[in-house]
Amino acid sequence: MYSHNGDNFFVVDGHLHFWDASPANWVSGQEQYAKGWIECFHAYMGLGPEETHWPIEKFQKYSEDDFVKDVFEDGHVDVGIFQSTYLKEWYTDGFNTLEKNAELVEKYPDRLIANGRWDPREGEAGLKQLEDDAKRYNLQGVKLYTAEWYQGSRGWSLKDPESQRFLEKCQELGIKNIHVHKGPTIWPLDKDAFDVSDVDYVATNFPELNFIVEHVGLPRIEDFCFMATQEPNVYAGLAVVIGGLMHARPRFFAKVMGELLFWVGEDKMLWASDYAIWEPRWQVEGFVDWTSPEDVEYSDYPRLTTEGKRKILGLNAAKLYGIDVPEEFQVPDEAGTSAAREDAQLVDSA
Amino acid sequence: MNTRARVLEALSEVHDPELDEPITSLGFVTSCEVSSGGDVEILLRLPTPQCAPNFAYLMAADARNAVRRLPDVGRIEVRLEDHYTGEEINAAVARGEGFTRAFPGETDDDHLGALRELFQRKALVARQARLCEALLADGVTPELVTARRVADLPDDADARRCLELRSQLGIGCDPDSPAFVAPNGEPVAAHELTLWLRKARLVRTSLDVNGSICRSLLQIRSRRGAELEEVGT
Repeated sequence: MYSHNGDNFFVVDGHLHFWDASPANWVSGQEQYAKGWIECFHAYMGLGPEETHWPIEKFQKYSEDDFVKDVFEDGHVDVGIFQSTYLKEWYTDGFNTLEKNAELVEKYPDRLIANGRWDPREGEAGLKQLEDDAKRYNLQGVKLYTAEWYQGSRGWSLKDPESQRFLEKCQELGIKNIHVHKGPTIWPLDKDAFDVSDVDYVATNFPELNFIVEHVGLPRIEDFCFMATQEPNVYAGLAVVIGGLMHARPRFFAKVMGELLFWVGEDKMLWASDYAIWEPRWQVEGFVDWTSPEDVEYSDYPRLTTEGKRKILGLNAAKLYGIDVPEEFQVPDEAGTSAAREDAQLVDSA
Repeated sequence: MNTRARVLEALSEVHDPELDEPITSLGFVTSCEVSSGGDVEILLRLPTPQCAPNFAYLMAADARNAVRRLPDVGRIEVRLEDHYTGEEINAAVARGEGFTRAFPGETDDDHLGALRELFQRKALVARQARLCEALLADGVTPELVTARRVADLPDDADARRCLELRSQLGIGCDPDSPAFVAPNGEPVAAHELTLWLRKARLVRTSLDVNGSICRSLLQIRSRRGAELEEVGT
């Protein structure tokens, strides 16, 4: 919970991690990838305020105490959602697996939710695993990582026929929140790795599932926005948008927020810290304080009110995850502005 | 102009296909050496070791081709530094081979033509938005804006780049062609201008944001590199 000038915000962090990327967890022979991956994340931390930067050693592996302090005590987060990321090709015990995240959930059952994952390339065994995970951890969501390496394959698409079986299984198991990582990645090689057209395809075919596009397709926000206007069940996951831009590039941040508010709308935007890339505290406090610049360049964008900030910081995610939010944090149903609704395809795949 | 200056000039014509900015102004060219015999060695460093291999390949290959067009140039070596797939890309570029030979069995798009074209169209849209906004800010009406011809475009960097992109995309650039076109080359009608501009601005914001993140990450990378070197000495 965060209180500021008499306004109370219920804070749901839609995307955070408790990872181990320390050298002891690097797969032998894959050290350069394991090391490169975490160093790349660490560079992103550099986009936040300097006083929040960590040395690489701590960044590779931080403690449970660090997590509790940064997220719950200092970070104002009421409920955090773990997005499990395996990367077992590079990290022996995984980068941050469901099992590891679930250990923390057990300790803080009212404060944390752990999402699972699946990978269509794992076939029957993967489906079985998903079923077991769903039962054991009562999964409400999964994080999908289409760029993950697996036995020589360097990525997959939600359009793959195998993916349909997994999505059907999600529906059957009541896993309704599908978080898809569409952000800075490496593979697949010959395509635009940030292509969101596969989300478009499955969002149409699975209208009962919610698709949260993590990192809003950065650096392809336009493709994401044009797609999101056409798919009522597609949401914008703001990890990286606030952490990566609000401090480092405030004017661009204002533009991206303005565009998202216009095309996607405040009812479908979910804040996330992407901890431990960035600590939640400065993001929550900065965002509550944030106002769009007054220049004419920004004059077309919808204004974000305190109600809108409440939705983005927690209420929207709370709805998707069925989190009970006390009355004092709620906003009236009619508050806010809705987004563009038009056939917005501008640049077709050439 | 000496050979090194000509090489740098040629490199300033090489654009990051994704950001539509010259690799020189983005700070990607970390070193450019020309030997007395005219051999050229160029080092490129991208913002992160994980920058997409397809774009990385395009920049390295484009850099080599741009320099190869210069007279009096000997052996050319273009190398990506500290990149995940640097070895594969460097080897393919050195042999003058396409992308498929850098990663056998992983791709069949040798020249990444479709990807390049997609981003050329995005870049064109984004550049046009800037030109168009300037006109509207000067009080020119949508009717007059959409009636503008190529001959009416200002002689500035955005307009020149627009024409370059149009010519690469096969969109007409003769003086009487419409100044503002949709990504497919069709002229923009006055009543479509507002929505067209809205979309174009979003594309531009996306490219700008992308570029700004790349710049920030490159700065962080250089700073940390320098710190590490200091520690090492």
